[in-house]
Amino acid sequence: MSKLEFEKPILELEAKIAELRNVSSDSTVNISEEIGRLQIKADRLLTQTYSKLTAQQKVLVARHQDRPHFLDYIKGCIEDFTPLAGDRNFGEDQALIGGLGRLMGRSVVIMGQEKGNDTDSRIRHNFGMARPEGYRKAIRLMELAEQYQLPIVTLVDTAGAYPGVGAEERGQAEAIARSIEKCLNVKVPLVSVIIGEGGSGGAIAIASADRIFMLEHSIYSVISPEGCASILWRSAANANDAAAALKMTAEDLLELKLIDGIIPEPLGGAHRQKDEMIKTLATQVNKSLSELTPWDGAKLVRRRQQKFIDMGRAA
Amino acid sequence: MNWLTNFIRPKIRSIVEAKEIPDNLWQKCPSCEGMLFHRDLAEAMNVCYHCGHHMKVPVKQRLQSLFDEGSWKEITVPRVPFDPLKFKDRKRYADRLKETRVKTGREDAILVAKGTMDGLPVVIAAFDFDFMGGSMGAAVGEGLVVAAEHAVKTGAALIAIPASGGARMQEGAISLMQMPRTIIAANMVKDAGLPYLVLLTDPTTGGVSASFAMVGDIHIAEPGCMIGFAGKRVIQETIREELPPNFQTAEYLQEHGMVDLVVPRKELRATLIRLLDLSMRKMRDPRQRLGGGDGDNAGGKGGRVAGKSGGGIKAKITRAKTGAKPANVNSASRKKKAA
Repeated sequence: MSKLEFEKPILELEAKIAELRNVSSDSTVNISEEIGRLQIKADRLLTQTYSKLTAQQKVLVARHQDRPHFLDYIKGCIEDFTPLAGDRNFGEDQALIGGLGRLMGRSVVIMGQEKGNDTDSRIRHNFGMARPEGYRKAIRLMELAEQYQLPIVTLVDTAGAYPGVGAEERGQAEAIARSIEKCLNVKVPLVSVIIGEGGSGGAIAIASADRIFMLEHSIYSVISPEGCASILWRSAANANDAAAALKMTAEDLLELKLIDGIIPEPLGGAHRQKDEMIKTLATQVNKSLSELTPWDGAKLVRRRQQKFIDMGRAA
Repeated sequence: MNWLTNFIRPKIRSIVEAKEIPDNLWQKCPSCEGMLFHRDLAEAMNVCYHCGHHMKVPVKQRLQSLFDEGSWKEITVPRVPFDPLKFKDRKRYADRLKETRVKTGREDAILVAKGTMDGLPVVIAAFDFDFMGGSMGAAVGEGLVVAAEHAVKTGAALIAIPASGGARMQEGAISLMQMPRTIIAANMVKDAGLPYLVLLTDPTTGGVSASFAMVGDIHIAEPGCMIGFAGKRVIQETIREELPPNFQTAEYLQEHGMVDLVVPRKELRATLIRLLDLSMRKMRDPRQRLGGGDGDNAGGKGGRVAGKSGGGIKAKITRAKTGAKPANVNSASRKKKAA
């Protein structure tokens, strides 16, 4: 597990506990009381730390490499997942994966960005930064959902759309715009969850939804704190200040009424209890889909659009 | 002052010394470095008359050059919450916003106006690049929504004219939400069966290019203007390669299928009118030519529309009599009722 700086005291305590456990199994001396005491202390420290994470700390947790990624959720809560490939135009983009599957018995179209978890898979998935093909595949899958009258689930985890010559050449801006447009027009329920990083246009391209959730320690922003700092502070070193100023945490977005809810994470973040996290997410998404079913396509679209029109308007 | 001017007697000096020239009479073209006289430059609508480089044009001047003379009026955009994030970088956003408002005399980076073009009803939503780089926050999004609502209500076409570096960072995720909002606005117009044209000007990037600017019925761009999603510097840092020479220019986007027409500024009004005429006046008297009273000189490419010349007036009156325009307005409102 990669270490987060602010988790150090907790990790040290946990290491100590593990060491003591080893000792206790070796010797006859009973130190279980001591272990119990330390465990309580470690838990308390974890609760304390995670209840008051700063924005920049949340950025680190949201990007944590052990955080469950798109494919972890697929493996953990989607039965019969069948990935579908290609935009039928130019190519297949593994940064944005999607297909048909079953969530708690319900057949759905599910898609999202996958960042990968080792060098090979990260390169294969282009670090979760989709190219136009990815967004055009997303559009294709949303059309498929409409055709089959299946609800859509999107799990967002991306630093942003890929900035490259090829991507620009093939119309990255147009692809994102069309994908947002499709989200807004699709005549089936659409539920989105920001599971890690919600990076700007590349994120909202698949997140203009009926219900938008953020995991407790995820972030959602118009620009990365580093990018913002280098433009407004003229130094990427001010990323901490930018992270706080941008109001990019789940709490911030809920307060600004830009999302519909926060999905709580297990104690100490999703990376500590992956299975629990996956289960919580599946339950919440399923609940939202139930609320949206059965649906009247036209009404659904009207409400969804009205919700966005009302955002940021004077009350 | 050099040694010569110091030693010359006052009387002689008045003859020798160059008369003080106000600095703003001449300016250099940023592309070819040719000297441009202000009056000539204004006449050429801020296009370099040496090399054809299109410089930025103040937003009011832009609208003046497109609408029929004296036909247009600004539409007030309702206020949106002021500085919702209480954003502060090295400077407070609230202060920055107030200062910019004083400097530009504008509420935010968008100007919405209604008027006519060759007699056809048109709403234009134009960005003001001088206002914080034309960045798109809630106010700009609201401007586009209001423009679209007005176009639908009055059966007018909507022309969006972006000139923007992208989203307004100081409004965080609220500025991000303007992407779906402005796309909804564009779709209101399209759903009403009215033309939604986008005139891409320098620059159109980031969240602006990836929303309403790229979902137009027809995309028109000014020559050489920069259009793209990611910034050049970001791309260069990512791929560490030389970028193609005309990368992210209007011509490059046209080559790659994202822009329909690249049109010089001088011909924009004529081109837009031609498109509006073709899409909104479904039928017209075959003897009548667009914009010009006498049909003989109307064959030329750019010169087909006489701009603001008097020739158009007669044609407009005739058209009003034949009722070509109302027919279209009716069809738009019919669609609205059906929806």
